[in-house]
Amino acid sequence: MTKHVPLTINGVEVRAPEGTTILTAAQDAGIYIPTLCHCPDVSSQGVCRLCLVKIEKRRRLEPSCRTLVEEGMVVVTDDAEIEQLRQVILELILSDHDFNCLLCPKSGNCRLQELVTHIDYNERRFNRFEHVAKELPIDTSNPFFNFNPNKCIHCTICVRTCNEISGTHAIDMAHRGYDLKVSTFANKPLKESVCVSCGECVERCPVGALTPKKVEHPTREVKTTCTHCGVGCGLYLGIRGGAIIRARGDRENPVNQGNLCVRGRYGHEFVDCHERLSFPLVRAYDEYAQASSIVDEVTEKGKPVTAPLVKREGKFVEITWDQAIKYVASTLSHYKGDQFSAISSAKCTNEENYLFQKFVRVVMGTNNIDHCARL
Amino acid sequence: MAGLAASFGSGAMTNSINEIGKAACIFAIGTNTTANHPIIGRQIDRALRNGTKLIVADPRQIPLCRKAHIWLRLQPGTDVALLKGMMRVILDEKLFDTSFVKERCEDFEAFETSIMEYDLATAAEISGVTAKEIAEAARMYASTSPATILYTMGITQHSHGTDNVRSVANLALVTGNIGKPSTGVNPLRGQNNVQGACDMGALPNVYPGYQKVDDKEVREKFEKAWGCDLNPSPGVTLTEIFEAAHAGKVKALYLMGENPMVTDPDSKFIEKAISRLELFVVQDLFLTDTARLADVVLPAASFAEKDGTFTNTERRVQRVRQAIEPVENARPDWMIICDVARNMDAKGFDFDSPDQIMEEIRSLTPSYGGIKYERLKKSGLQWPCPFPIHPGTPYLYSDRFNTPSGRAQLAPVEYRPSAETASNEYPFILTTRRSIFHYHSVLSRKVPGLNALRGEEHVEINPADAASLEIKDGEVVIVASKRGSVKAKIKITGVVTPGVVSMTFHYGETRTNILTSTALDPIAKIPEFKVCAVKIERKESAYISKDYLRWGTGGK
Repeated sequence: MTKHVPLTINGVEVRAPEGTTILTAAQDAGIYIPTLCHCPDVSSQGVCRLCLVKIEKRRRLEPSCRTLVEEGMVVVTDDAEIEQLRQVILELILSDHDFNCLLCPKSGNCRLQELVTHIDYNERRFNRFEHVAKELPIDTSNPFFNFNPNKCIHCTICVRTCNEISGTHAIDMAHRGYDLKVSTFANKPLKESVCVSCGECVERCPVGALTPKKVEHPTREVKTTCTHCGVGCGLYLGIRGGAIIRARGDRENPVNQGNLCVRGRYGHEFVDCHERLSFPLVRAYDEYAQASSIVDEVTEKGKPVTAPLVKREGKFVEITWDQAIKYVASTLSHYKGDQFSAISSAKCTNEENYLFQKFVRVVMGTNNIDHCARL
Repeated sequence: MAGLAASFGSGAMTNSINEIGKAACIFAIGTNTTANHPIIGRQIDRALRNGTKLIVADPRQIPLCRKAHIWLRLQPGTDVALLKGMMRVILDEKLFDTSFVKERCEDFEAFETSIMEYDLATAAEISGVTAKEIAEAARMYASTSPATILYTMGITQHSHGTDNVRSVANLALVTGNIGKPSTGVNPLRGQNNVQGACDMGALPNVYPGYQKVDDKEVREKFEKAWGCDLNPSPGVTLTEIFEAAHAGKVKALYLMGENPMVTDPDSKFIEKAISRLELFVVQDLFLTDTARLADVVLPAASFAEKDGTFTNTERRVQRVRQAIEPVENARPDWMIICDVARNMDAKGFDFDSPDQIMEEIRSLTPSYGGIKYERLKKSGLQWPCPFPIHPGTPYLYSDRFNTPSGRAQLAPVEYRPSAETASNEYPFILTTRRSIFHYHSVLSRKVPGLNALRGEEHVEINPADAASLEIKDGEVVIVASKRGSVKAKIKITGVVTPGVVSMTFHYGETRTNILTSTALDPIAKIPEFKVCAVKIERKESAYISKDYLRWGTGGK
């Protein structure tokens, strides 16, 4: 059991477990401290200086995200002096930010916007700053997200995420002073770097610097399990207009705890792929197909002729589900016993695998069923 | 899996994924975890930050090697020799867990003799790893507790895969690294529900819950439950199905959601076998390379269009929920199977929802006995979960193994070379791998973004070999084995050692598995994807003539 230490924040008696930061203690007690560079998933770096607080008997203001709670600490999170300081910090950040919220995909969901409403800034002083419009090129090389360095506020959350969560170390801060920027090794486009496109940084970017290419927001989410590998990460599929448009990790899931890889986060597009089969298909030489009125030729690319022509030359024809089920059922009934085999799928659900093996064993009367576990 | 079942009594990951982060030593052998299971790769990262020791054994320089404390760069297919060398050091230096071996293992004497007939120098010579490195790795693994072993296809996809697995299991057993948190032997399963498909009895020799078909009592239980007579003889395995089809013994094949034309070994043979079938039914999302050969293709619904459960690699049964309506006319696989069965006048297929199917599974599968949909709402349950208030089992064998005696089997294992070795005609060893951007051959290939990141095959080759063959980076070459040939681009990299080339198998247009060998493990019947002999030839037509270049690429 961790020891809880008592301290005072804004005159309120608070108890916080030993080893937590003032910021976390305050947030747990329902006290708001503005911050831009703090992300609970990664270590604190204290670079934005917006969370500075006053601590009794200390000479300087301390960043609350990096100061641990101590017994009997008396903390003030908000007064005229702190307010003034925060305003200047915010003005400096804003003066260096591509300020075009109307056209920004992050608008409405942006931490910087949120801080502007909380902290406010002095318009006259702000206008005296030299607004040197940065016109750095936008990196659109990655197929899933864009990086716009003009909107970057140098909070380093993406860098910490890449190092601590993804473990990829694809990006870091480069250059000094005004030229400071997030960069890949040798400033290559993201696609040519070691970036694995897991998108964890995109999830955590507080502003519009890293944004997914698909900008719509889902109207509802469905909790499910990823289909790409055996890890079985929990994810939420975001739906809009009957289509999946986004996926995010399920933090409640004990397997991935909110983490996702590139396949999990962006690999759901196959669901809407235009190549999805739309009707049951049958080879044209079969009588059911000839009876069918809807005929659609499916091109067979580069299919070598290795079998009797009569069987393989037929083109695929679309038929209805009723016809297809009847056709499969009636033909299968001629092949009962060990002349029948089935291959099940490790992509299908437990229920489907259970039913399939039951079908093979009960209806077809054979144990000839296997799947790709051996591969 | 057969190897683990023989050693411990059941084949599955013994421990859980989030225990990996808390292990003191991780031994990753034959697993490119950061590419194939990135989220487990992150657990390894987390562990390393907490001071965990990492030993990697892999012939390729995978990303984990950079982070490893010891990297054993063995020759492909020599895992048994390497592991026996490690166990020799452990026995010689008395680093093994005497009380664990005494109380919970069987056949230690036979095992000891088999290890002792083999000295460290021989192990070093065969595996290509120095004796010093083997000894260091052995000491690190045996003396840092808790230690966990992760492995995947690098261990299993060999003609001696079962021997590899049993060696790995022996190593964990002698050091007592099993049956405790953060220890164990952890095969990271490949496909999302490969564990579940095995659990559900989609195997030729067992009913759901690994209950043997040739066991009379078990069969009677299922006959009673399903109301019919059941066939008592075990069926044929995947690789044997195609052999039987080729021989005309199997005349009809019903395939649900697989693409053997791209993913199975020696795919030219598979194509030939399929062409001899009288009836070939395929149920899939797409018109795959395999479905193109079918007589009937039934469009199935994807994971986002149906309800059900997946069982992940750590035996966790988790819910899959319908997010959208089936695209076009697709139907969930379970509905199609029920419809076909009902049309064949079969009883016991009147299900309205996957929920009802799970109830039937529950009643017949002891390890799934407590798994009900309402318990899976928040997060999954790890089997064995025998009754409805059981909390699930994060790690197996805490007090007994699943063998008849309750004790684990230490097995003497002999090193056997791979079925194919490099020869004058085929001087390179081809080992297959996976890319982080794809998994198998169908789903991820239909995602444009993933194809943009990795859209074509690359043959990895060592700079020394590339220089001797006079080939340039990015050049298209012909890779050929006894069974066939494919064209692919060359990527010159130090990731592979001289004499070894590496390819993925995701691309239907470059079917790497035309090359691979069908040599099977005699017990598990797993094909040897990881070792086959190939040659590399320059493709003359790949050169673009200077005349052509001068005219630009627009004119013809």
